[in-house]
Amino acid sequence: MDIADIQAYAYFFFTGFLVLVLYGYIYHLYSSERKGERDYEKYGDIALNDEVTDKPVETISEKEIEKKEA
Amino acid sequence: MENRPLEYDYSVAKLFMFTTIVLGIVGMLIGVILAFQLAFPSINLLLGEGLAEYTNFSRLRPLHTDAVIFGFTLSGVFATWYYIGQRVLKVSMAESGFLMFIGKLHFWLYVVGVAAVVVSLFMGITTSKEYAEFEWPIDIAIVIVWVLWGISVFGLIGIRRERSLYISIWYYIATFLGIAMLYLFNNMEVPTYFASGGIGAWYHSVSMYSGTNDALVQWWYGHNAVAFGFTVPIVAMIYYFLPKESGQAVYSYKLSLLSFWGLMFVYLWAGGHHLLFSTVPDWMQTMGSVFSVILILPSWGSAINMLLTMKGEWQQVASSPLIKFMVLASTFYMFSTLEGPIQAIKSVNALAHFTDWIVGHVHDGVLGWVGFMIMAALFHMAPRVFKRELYSKALMTTQFWIQTLGVVLYFTSMWIAGITQGMMWRAHDEFGNLAYSFIDTVTVLHPYYTIRAVGGLLYLIGFFMFAYNIYKTMSARPVEENELQSATPMAA
Ligand code: HEM
Ligand code: HEM
Repeated sequence: MDIADIQAYAYFFFTGFLVLVLYGYIYHLYSSERKGERDYEKYGDIALNDEVTDKPVETISEKEIEKKEA
Repeated sequence: MENRPLEYDYSVAKLFMFTTIVLGIVGMLIGVILAFQLAFPSINLLLGEGLAEYTNFSRLRPLHTDAVIFGFTLSGVFATWYYIGQRVLKVSMAESGFLMFIGKLHFWLYVVGVAAVVVSLFMGITTSKEYAEFEWPIDIAIVIVWVLWGISVFGLIGIRRERSLYISIWYYIATFLGIAMLYLFNNMEVPTYFASGGIGAWYHSVSMYSGTNDALVQWWYGHNAVAFGFTVPIVAMIYYFLPKESGQAVYSYKLSLLSFWGLMFVYLWAGGHHLLFSTVPDWMQTMGSVFSVILILPSWGSAINMLLTMKGEWQQVASSPLIKFMVLASTFYMFSTLEGPIQAIKSVNALAHFTDWIVGHVHDGVLGWVGFMIMAALFHMAPRVFKRELYSKALMTTQFWIQTLGVVLYFTSMWIAGITQGMMWRAHDEFGNLAYSFIDTVTVLHPYYTIRAVGGLLYLIGFFMFAYNIYKTMSARPVEENELQSATPMAA
């Protein structure tokens, strides 16, 4: 087997691996929403309520806000 | 100073809006000249024999492509970044003197880079790699400009209030990383003057790769310049502007995440479709084709997500020209991402390659999708940036129809021309003698070239209307903050 064959096989299996990762991701998205761990759809509101004075959909962390205000 | 309420600061966005319009006019004007030159060769001597060196097709073509890609499109990407970035991260550039400084430096160095490109290409200084024509000193300047943009992007993300990065931000980050990687690898070059100890011009260079390797790297770059210049950042724009303008949150946020990773995963492998039937390994060509066909899925994933965002709100398409621009843009996106995979099928490519059909494909993508979306973005931004209503809705609607007609004339004429050309090149008699000589095709194609030029001219006229509308908006009726919530205020 020369380098070109190795490249071709590596490419093929790497692709297969990435396909699995992608399907895993789909599964992760839907299952974490079903279990109530996360609500992805609420992030759509980030674009709609985007004044600098609007309340963030998810604040970065309470501590940091306190630091800024101090 | 604590008394003044915090506001977004659009000074850098404004600067880039300006270059978007100016470089759009320059690039498209040259495009129209090119199109007329192809139909009427005497226009190569536009300014007489003496200046023919500067006005001929071959000198102007890279100026067109680079002005519209790195001028118009990139400026649009930067302008929208400096607008959307602040808003979805809920942090103002006014809060950081450092980021403000970097933003302005980014703009001015960009202008210097553009000037260097224009001058050097007019002088005929080029590396002869398509979309990567710049010689090494300019490449270095471009890398610096890019790094400055990176600092802006990650700097703003670093001081954000909104914890989650909105989907558009993901696309901007991908644009930044994608182009950085592609540009660096494709422009690895040896400055001949220094390598040879003083022979030739100091700015001249040759690629570090040669033969098939050079072609492979070039089209891995060329294809993904399309991906990360004409697709990814434009998707970033539509994911923000369409929901915001229509007041409807994106139809499915999960689908947007999925399409993002799908696009990242598939795009980088599809470049092989530019090199079908060339000397690259066969398996690579086949994979290029296969990945190109799969690429429909994530592309349509985004486009359908956009159209579904309008679900139940279709009356807005009729009533708002701004929504019209964006809905047509996503439709053209679907269109060119269906056409592309078809052209990537080997047997189709055998006919289509080297013909005008490819040029048609390019321009239904760039005029219908990229151009429309960038103009829509600026139409949405202008009232917010200048705090005034859009100057004229009627002008905008007229522009929309003129340009749509222009795009349709452009791609339909190129389809007919391309397929005719392909068929004539391959036609032969029973002994294998070619049925036509090259000049036969030129004669047959002349009417279609003329139609394309007229279509392009219409698009350019529309672009002037756009520029005028934005210009007049700067002195239109001032509006209150609450009028800018979603649908853009516009005067009849
Ligand atoms: C699913 C997505 C797409 C696929 C599979 C695809 C496929 C192709 C193919 C097969 C070619 C012709 C290569 C040749 O024979 O020379 C091509 C050329 C091109 N496409 Fe696409 N395309 C897609 C989307 C787009 C979009 C959305 C745009 C622009 C907005 C675009 C811009 C271009 C450009 C600029 C070229 C010409 C490159 C050159 O030869 O200089 N493509 N594409
Ligand atoms: C006013 C409208 C425009 C006209 C009339 C026009 C015309 C042309 C012409 C005549 C060519 C050369 C085709 C050939 O060599 O056969 C060309 C190439 C090209 N144009 Fe345009 N253009 C326009 C707008 C744009 C815009 C807005 C973009 C991008 C944002 C763009 C991107 C390109 C690219 C990437 C190529 C190279 C295509 C290839 O190598 O296959 N054009 N254009």
